[in-house]
Amino acid sequence: MAKATIIPFGPQHPVLPEPLHLDLVVDDEKVVEAVPQIGFVHRGLEKLTETRDYNQFIYVAERICGICAFGHSMGYAETIESLMGVQIPERAEYIRVILHELSRVHSHILWMGLAADAFGYESLFMHCWRLRERVLDVFEMTTGGRVIFSDVCVGGVNRDLTPEMQRKMLDTLNGLKDEYGTLCKAFLNDTSVRSRLVGVGVISQESAFAQGMVGPFARASNVNNDVRCYGNGAYGKLSDFQPVLDTDGDCYARVKVRALEVLQSIDIIEELLKTMPDGDIAVKVKGSPAPGAQATNTLEQPRGECFYYAKSNGTKYLERMRMRTPTSMNLAGMATALAGCQLADVNMIVLTIDPCISCTER
Amino acid sequence: MPFASKSPWVIHYDASSCNGCDIEVLAALCPGYDVERFGIINTGNPKHADIFLVTGSVNERNIKVVQEIYNQMVEPKVVIACGVCACSGGIFHDCYNVIGGVDQAIPVDVYAPGCAVRPEAIIDAVVQGIGILDEKSKALAAKKKGA
Repeated sequence: MAKATIIPFGPQHPVLPEPLHLDLVVDDEKVVEAVPQIGFVHRGLEKLTETRDYNQFIYVAERICGICAFGHSMGYAETIESLMGVQIPERAEYIRVILHELSRVHSHILWMGLAADAFGYESLFMHCWRLRERVLDVFEMTTGGRVIFSDVCVGGVNRDLTPEMQRKMLDTLNGLKDEYGTLCKAFLNDTSVRSRLVGVGVISQESAFAQGMVGPFARASNVNNDVRCYGNGAYGKLSDFQPVLDTDGDCYARVKVRALEVLQSIDIIEELLKTMPDGDIAVKVKGSPAPGAQATNTLEQPRGECFYYAKSNGTKYLERMRMRTPTSMNLAGMATALAGCQLADVNMIVLTIDPCISCTER
Repeated sequence: MPFASKSPWVIHYDASSCNGCDIEVLAALCPGYDVERFGIINTGNPKHADIFLVTGSVNERNIKVVQEIYNQMVEPKVVIACGVCACSGGIFHDCYNVIGGVDQAIPVDVYAPGCAVRPEAIIDAVVQGIGILDEKSKALAAKKKGA
């Protein structure tokens, strides 16, 4: 055996839009062990609850991550609402879930583009991001922002979905479906893509379960942990919800799960738009939560289950706000998937967990 | 500026941004805005780059990485702070682990505001950056002549 060498990977690396550092212990071309190091994006925003009241903190919560921004503001608002015992209008629940699923569409298409870039298919990357712009146009029309929306408030949402907006949203999604189908063919049937993905970075069901993996990364290994199944909010109003699962646990399965989830999200949006009730979009929330009150909440982010915890001290400023984000759960799985792979596959495997370092470090 | 004297290559580094500005930087390079038609290409190698796009504020851990990338870039070079966090620290300015804007670590030439910064603002900043790049290369040439 040749002497083991350590190759540093990141934090500045062309394949990573975000800074993540890996120490790759390699034996010739084979990776023996991968040791992740984080801390480049840590801001310490959980401590900001001491200087921002629970209404102001929603804008900080939204900026935990710019890709799952809507989900974080929604998850935070739901936590505060359960802390204070507020029941929000049904229409607001629908609007939240519709926009959250639309965020999932944008996030997954974004990720598929980055994955295409990682396996060297640049035109596919460009096509994915071209499609994503259309989703962002819908966001801009409904909320005014492209990536940060500030649409959720404690007690509901800030902007209504007018019938005109709903019609445009449906038109865009219908148009998107056809083109997206063509893209999926390239991802799932193309021989050269398959040869980069099939059998790479395999994680078994037992290993995925034991390491507490979440999101599409775990669902590709046949672990069903989709918290949308709990039916919180408007998810409970869906006629049927079956999580997308796959059994292979390799990079190809992860691409497939995410590719199918985009179509699933589009179906959810279409169904909810049809059944959305009329009424108010927000209730006024006044006062402070009771001293010592605690609340928890889970939300299926594009990258997996995100857990929120809030504790009150009787003032408008929370005693503690804590989020456990999906990528921090998936880093252990990533290190397992990397052990034993070829050096050339490292960027592919790192990307297929869909790392969101900004969420992880906050 | 009637025309760009060269096709500037950019390098992007996420200091401690929330990703919002990062994906907007990438979006500016992709078909929706397509700055590649002006010859602007994203490169991963600091030695190939003319313009350094930094998103997010600097902290104790990444300040060295930002400085390292800046020092590796070859003169003339331009630094653009993308987004309000890179300009001043933004909403996170009083977090315990945030030192401040990118100008605390390296000299910044152009500030592009916004949370998240819009691709139009990035393109505008890059166009300004090309002007500054021209001035800097003229100054370098004059210095060489004088020497």
